[in-house]
Amino acid sequence: MAKYSISVNGQTHHVDVLPDTPLLWVIRDSLQFTGTKFGCGIAQCGACTVFLNGQPTRSCQTAISDVGDSKITTIEGVASKEAKAVQAAWVAHQVPQCGYCQSGQIMSAVALLTDNKKPTDSDIDDAMSGNLCRCATYVRIRAAIHDAAKSLEG
Amino acid sequence: MTIHDTKLSRRSLLQGTAGLIVAFYLPRIGKAEAATDEGAAFAPNAFVRVAPDNTVTVLAKHIEMGQGPYTGLTTIVAEEMDADWSQMRAEGAPANNKLYNNLAFGPIQGTGGSTAIANSFDQLRKAGATARAMLVQAAAESWNVAPAEIAVERGVVRHAKSGRQTTFGQLAQAAAKLPVPQNVVLKKPEDFKLIGKEGVVTRLDIPSKTNGTAQFTIDIHEPNMLTVVVAHPPRFGGKAAKVDDSEARKIAGVVDVKTLPSGVAVYATSMWPAIKGREALKIEWDDSAAEKRGSAQLLAEYRALAQKPGAIAGKSGDADAALAKAGKVVEAEYVFPYLAHGPMEPLDAYLLWDGQQAHARYGCQFQTVDQGAIAGILGLKPEQVKIDMLLAGGSFGRRAQANAQLVAELANVAKAIGPGKPVKLVFTREDDIQGGYYRPMFVHRMRGAVADGKIVAWSDTVVGQSFMAGSAFEAMIKDGIDPTMVEGSRKLLYDIADFQCDVHTTKVGIPTLWWRSVGHTHTGYAVETFVDELLQSAGKDPVAGRLEMLGESKRAAGVLRAVADLAKWSGPEPVNGRARGVAVVESFGTFVAQIAEVSAGNGDGPHVHKVWCAVDCGVAINPDVIRAQMEGGIGYGLGHILFAEVPIDGGRPVPKNFDTYRSLRINEMPEVEVTIVASSEKPSGVGEPGVPPVGPAVANAMARLGHERPRQLPFVRATA
Repeated sequence: MAKYSISVNGQTHHVDVLPDTPLLWVIRDSLQFTGTKFGCGIAQCGACTVFLNGQPTRSCQTAISDVGDSKITTIEGVASKEAKAVQAAWVAHQVPQCGYCQSGQIMSAVALLTDNKKPTDSDIDDAMSGNLCRCATYVRIRAAIHDAAKSLEG
Repeated sequence: MTIHDTKLSRRSLLQGTAGLIVAFYLPRIGKAEAATDEGAAFAPNAFVRVAPDNTVTVLAKHIEMGQGPYTGLTTIVAEEMDADWSQMRAEGAPANNKLYNNLAFGPIQGTGGSTAIANSFDQLRKAGATARAMLVQAAAESWNVAPAEIAVERGVVRHAKSGRQTTFGQLAQAAAKLPVPQNVVLKKPEDFKLIGKEGVVTRLDIPSKTNGTAQFTIDIHEPNMLTVVVAHPPRFGGKAAKVDDSEARKIAGVVDVKTLPSGVAVYATSMWPAIKGREALKIEWDDSAAEKRGSAQLLAEYRALAQKPGAIAGKSGDADAALAKAGKVVEAEYVFPYLAHGPMEPLDAYLLWDGQQAHARYGCQFQTVDQGAIAGILGLKPEQVKIDMLLAGGSFGRRAQANAQLVAELANVAKAIGPGKPVKLVFTREDDIQGGYYRPMFVHRMRGAVADGKIVAWSDTVVGQSFMAGSAFEAMIKDGIDPTMVEGSRKLLYDIADFQCDVHTTKVGIPTLWWRSVGHTHTGYAVETFVDELLQSAGKDPVAGRLEMLGESKRAAGVLRAVADLAKWSGPEPVNGRARGVAVVESFGTFVAQIAEVSAGNGDGPHVHKVWCAVDCGVAINPDVIRAQMEGGIGYGLGHILFAEVPIDGGRPVPKNFDTYRSLRINEMPEVEVTIVASSEKPSGVGEPGVPPVGPAVANAMARLGHERPRQLPFVRATA
C-alpha cells in the first residue's frame, strides 16, 4: 500500500492504495464518486472517462502512481460552459437509455466541444468512437453534440 | 392467502387484464414493504403514493434498464389521475409477487418479453383512476359539494362554481381515510393529455443519468462491505479441484478466499485487490463433466441434423410434396453464432444476510425466481428475502435468469463467509463475455419454391438449444418444442400454401439465455432474407411482393406501407452505389418494418447509411421513448449482425472483452427515421421489436449490390 494525494474536482484527497490501482477504482471505491463507471477495464468502452488536466483520459488504464499532481475532473466536477451545454442538450434530446455509459459519453463530448467549436459528423466520429453505448443511443448523441455546439455559438 | 380473506375485503382489489385479482393493498405489510413510502399520506393501492409535498410516486413493478418503463408506467397513472407531469416520480417496487406480479407471466414478478407496458396498462389506469376518484371525493366532502362538480387538471383539483381549488398533496390525508371505490370510470382515449402526446412527458431517469448521480448496483457502498469477484471455470461445467490461494492472500486488501459451487470467490475491501487476488489464484480445474466441444464441431453436428426432419413446430399443406414437384427448389442454410448480451454494467448484486433474513439490492429482473433461489441457498423462506430493484446498466435479457445464476452465486458468496458480512459481487467484462448464458447457436436449413410469381412451398428446419429446458420456464415447452426457438418461423406473416417448420433441440453444455428479441434474433433473419431471395427469384419487388402475401396480416402490411412511404420506396436497386433492403417482423405483439440503405463499404462489412422504421405497437404511450427504442434496437441488432460472435474453442469461449467481442460504435451507426403507426389496439412492447428486422433488411440490400445474402453471421467474421 502507498499513500497518495490527488486533486479531484478542485479538492485534495488522500488515499492509501496499491500503487498499481487504476485511477478508476480510486475514484469509485476510495472516494466513492459514482458517475465514473467501470465497463471493460481495458480502455475499450470509455465509460471511465475523466479529465486529467483537461484531457479526456481512460481512468481504468491510468495507475494512481502515474497521476502525480494532475488535476482530475469527473462528471461530478465538470462545470464549464461546454459541459453545461452538453448536459442540457443530453436532456433536450433525451439521450440516455440505461445511462451507464453516459458520464463517459458526456466527458468525451465536452472535451470535443472545448477543442472544436463546430464539429462535423466526422469530427464527432473521431472523438466519440472510443465510447461504447450498448443501448446504441448514438443517433441522439450526435444530434445533441450538434445542438450543444449551436447553443454555444449564441 | 386469497382474495376472499376477510382481512382484506375492507380494501379494494384491483382487477387485471385477464380478470385476475392482481394487487391488493395490505396497509401493514404494504407500509413495511414499499420501497420509500415515508411521508406518503395517501396510498390507495400498491402502485400509487401521494405525499403531502404534492409529489405522486408510482411504484414500478418493472425494472428500468434503459427501455423507459419507469416513465411509461408513470405516464399511465398520471394520465388517469390528471396529474401534472412535474409532480410525478417513479421508484422500483420491492419483491412481492402477490402485489407486483407480471400479469403476462402468471404468479411471477419479473420483466421480459417486452411486456412491461402491455401487462400494466389496464392495471395502472385503474390504479390511477382510483386515486383520482378518492382525491375528488375528499375535496367534495371538504367543500360539501357534489364530486361531479369537481374538475381535475394538471394536478389542480377545482370547484368552478365556488372558485375553490386545492392540490393532491393537501387532499392526501383526507383521501386516505375514505373507502376505496370498487368501480371507477376510465378516461376515453380522446381525452388523453399525456398518453401518445409529443413533448409533454420527458423521461424521469434522464437528469440523474446526465450528471453522474444515478445509482446503480456497482455504486453501492456500505460499512464493512466486501467486494467479491469469482474465478469461474474456463469450461462450462468445470469445478475447482485444487486451489492454492497463498499468493492471493498476500495482497493487501484481500480478506478471504472461498470455494463455491460456481468457482472460487475472492473477498476484498475494494474492487482492485479483488481483481488482483483473483489473478493470483492458482486453480486446477476438474473438467471431467465439462462441455469440451467447440463451435466448429457443434456446427458440423447441427448441419448433419438439419438434413433430417425434426419435430413439427408448424405445418400447413404438404411442403415436402410441393418441393418434390417444384421445377426449381431454392435452398439456403443460415448459421447463427453464440452471442453475449454485453450490458454496459456487468452483472453485479449486493446482499446482506444476517442469519435470519436477507436483503438484496441490485438490478433485479426476475424477482420471484431470484427470491426463491436466495431463500433456498440460505435456508430462508422467500418472504424473508427482501429485494430492492435498482436501475440496471442494460440487460438485453442477461439479468432475466431462469435459473437465478447471479443471485445463486451471490447467496453462496454470503453463505461461504458467514452471516453479518455485506457482500457486493461484481463481474468483470471478462466474466460477462466468457460467462455463457449466450443467445444459442442456431442453424436454419431452408427450402422454398416459387411458381407464377408466388412463393408456393416453404420448409425450414431449425437446429439449436432450448434455454427453457431445466429452468423455471420449462412448462412453456409443449410437445417437446420450446416455442421461443421457433417464434417467428413456425407461423409466418405470409400466406404460403405448403409450409413446414420443424425443429431439432440439441443438448450442449454451454448455458444459453434469451437475448433481446429471443427467437426472432435468428428466425427474423432467416425468414426475411429467404422470403426476399424467393421474391427476387420470382421477379417481384420486395415491398409489393410481400404485400401480396400479407393477406391476413393487416398490421404487418400497415407498417410495410408506412415504411415504404417514409423512405419514398422506388425499388431495391442501387442508385449511386446505394441499394435498399426491406424486412418486416412481428415480435411480442408489435409490428416493425425497416428499410436499410446500404453501400458496399471499405472491406469492413457493408456501410449502412440510413434505416427507416415504421412501428405499430398499439396505443403509443410515450412516442419519444418508442422512437428511442427503435433507434437503440436497430443499433443493437445491427452491431451483432455485423460484428458479434462468441466462437467456442474446445469448450472455451474465445473472446474476452470488447476488444475481441466487437460492438457497434458511433461511426457505424446509421441515421434512423421512425414513424409510429396510429393504432387503437392494446399497447404492446417496444424494447425488443426494433431488433429483428435490421439484419435481414441490410442483407437484402447487399443482395442488390451483387453480394450473396450472408449465410453465416456475423457479416464480418474475425475468425473466418
